[in-house]
Amino acid sequence: MNPATALKDAAVTGLVALALFTPLVGLRTDVSPTGGLYLRQRWSDVAILVGLAFAGRLALLAWRGRRSLPTASTAPGWWEAPLRRLGAVFAPLLLAFAVLMPLSAFSWNLGGGFVLPALTGRYELDLGILVLTYVMLGWGLNIVVGLAGLLDLGYVAFYAVGAYSYALLSTTFGWSFWACLPLAGILAAFWGILLGFPVLRLRGDYLAIVTLAFGEIIRIVLVNWVSFTGGPNGISGIPRPTFFGLPFSMSGEPGTFAGFFGIEPDPSHRIVFLYYLILGLALLTNWVTVRLRRQPLGRAWEALREDEIACRALGINITTTKLTAFAIGAMFGGFAGAFFATRQAFISPESFTFIESAIVLAIVVLGGMGSQIGVAVAALVMIGGFELFRDLQEWRMLVFGAAMVAIMVLRPRGLVASRTPTVTLSGRKRAISGELVGQGHG
Amino acid sequence: MATPLPPPRGRDLILEVRDLTMRFGGLLAVNQVSFTADRGRITALIGPNGAGKTTVFNCITGFYRPTSGTILLRRDDGEVTELQRQPGHRIARAGVARTFQNTRLFPGMTALENLLVAQHVPLMGATGFGIGAVLGLSRYPRAERLAIEKARAWLEATRLLDRADDPAGALPYGAQRRLEIARAMCTEPSLLCLDEPAAGLNPRESEELSELLLAIRDGRAAERGRGCSILLIEHDMGVVMRISDRVVVLDHGRKIADGSPEEVRADPRVIAAYLGEGDDGEENGGA
Repeated sequence: MNPATALKDAAVTGLVALALFTPLVGLRTDVSPTGGLYLRQRWSDVAILVGLAFAGRLALLAWRGRRSLPTASTAPGWWEAPLRRLGAVFAPLLLAFAVLMPLSAFSWNLGGGFVLPALTGRYELDLGILVLTYVMLGWGLNIVVGLAGLLDLGYVAFYAVGAYSYALLSTTFGWSFWACLPLAGILAAFWGILLGFPVLRLRGDYLAIVTLAFGEIIRIVLVNWVSFTGGPNGISGIPRPTFFGLPFSMSGEPGTFAGFFGIEPDPSHRIVFLYYLILGLALLTNWVTVRLRRQPLGRAWEALREDEIACRALGINITTTKLTAFAIGAMFGGFAGAFFATRQAFISPESFTFIESAIVLAIVVLGGMGSQIGVAVAALVMIGGFELFRDLQEWRMLVFGAAMVAIMVLRPRGLVASRTPTVTLSGRKRAISGELVGQGHG
Repeated sequence: MATPLPPPRGRDLILEVRDLTMRFGGLLAVNQVSFTADRGRITALIGPNGAGKTTVFNCITGFYRPTSGTILLRRDDGEVTELQRQPGHRIARAGVARTFQNTRLFPGMTALENLLVAQHVPLMGATGFGIGAVLGLSRYPRAERLAIEKARAWLEATRLLDRADDPAGALPYGAQRRLEIARAMCTEPSLLCLDEPAAGLNPRESEELSELLLAIRDGRAAERGRGCSILLIEHDMGVVMRISDRVVVLDHGRKIADGSPEEVRADPRVIAAYLGEGDDGEENGGA
């Protein structure tokens, strides 16, 4: 690009920046010492920002002129082959870490005077629970988005249905967590089917908009139906989980967890139990998904994502196939919601805003649609990363956004873009490049 | 060169199309078309571009709902189905399989997986609606083994066995065409509908395709006991004349001729439709 065009391009960039930053930065309402509002004008800041945009654009153009920019790629990344080769090791390692992590919250007397101190604490366990909740939600949504190719922006609705199902059933009827858990899943699946019916004919953007609206409808109903859901006040006093009937109590009585097993009462017992509970639920989601993927139903989902018309020509009932994807995805969302309610002991509609749907969808897309290990890693990176940058305060959203943009530019199909065949004749499963794999049309 | 089969006594029809009309708004795409297809025979539907062949095809395979007319399918077991009343996915279950003018494979799935998706309906039945299979309780493993065996047989018949584990989207064009036929045959159809199967194939591939279609008709392909009736749209007249037992010619949405390849070839109306009256028929264009 010659200097004149580059200058012109940079000038346009500067103009756009000027138009954007004039209202965003240039004008600011502040409270004056007398208590009234006044308009503060910050034209020097605007000038600096516009200058930065101009110079940045010029620099980018100059840099691009000399060397080619990294291009978007859906080809298997360099980490995918080792990851796959290590896959047999990596996934179990991750799992082993997940299983063993809570044990390090206690100090262990290994005998011979050697005492292993507690390496992690309450904070790490809580973070682990949070990450695993999102792993489970990601795996649940992966069925709908990754396998069936139906873009669902309202997944939080099913999370909310599950949470409110458990909260209402347990506070109203006093039912135990284990009785409510399947009910929460069934109710969420029911709502999944209810949402599925009207949107069956919709594809792509239209489907995304309707599911987005569905998520909001559920939340607004929760806010406004005060007599049933408690409205914005939410539901408090949700029973904490018990160890199959043994409550986690500090009293140490025989009827409690600590008393029954004859151990010292410790507040972390409940946290560890919650951790294993969500780990178990997440693994159940994974197990069902992995199995279903090798079954006709899972193959039909993937075929639907690849080509809906061809599916119809092969006698596959598109209606029921889509509905099962919605229902099963929603069911796992409902399980996760019930877990969320019992963990928090308090829920309100504020926990089920659109941003939750967006985060879960981002996890699925970043991980690579349809890839189980990719989703798990993405949840770990996103939720863990979110915590890691907590010290940066409001800047962490910026860091996070920049990271998302970078990944989407460099890896538009997610970390693990390739697909593993479900069945082979030769016995060797070779990854299928993401370029060939369809993304679905909704 | 195929030996023409002896004419059936009293004609055993697999497909009967009566007064089929399809109107798109003000456009009359198909106008009162009636024709039949014999069981165990290859019937070709030909005509210049825009004659309404693909529209007729889409009506038969359930992708369009005809404005009026009836389409009767007499299955090999004697059951008669009115195809125009069936929802899309039921038509395949009734025994009509189709391929597409532009191949519609599942490109991100392997050739083998493509053929297993085609056997979804019987396999799904064996899983007990998916629940039994997840729990590993049902007769599913056996059903899947049989399905893989059938897929292997069709991969062999279409000479794709060595590409079984390659993604369908990475296969060369001719192989994709063959795979689509194999996929359609895996649904165990009574009637196989092919929309321009020879489009884009070189002469040698067309020759192989003709052999494959004749083998499918006679039940020689993939050790399939019974034959299969075939309805095809084709522009490659070499293929049409070599393998068809009967040819139906459409022009401007109407049927203008119907008979054996020799009769149709000599029909002055067909010659006029293809050669003249200011309406050029291209040999290899789209329909």
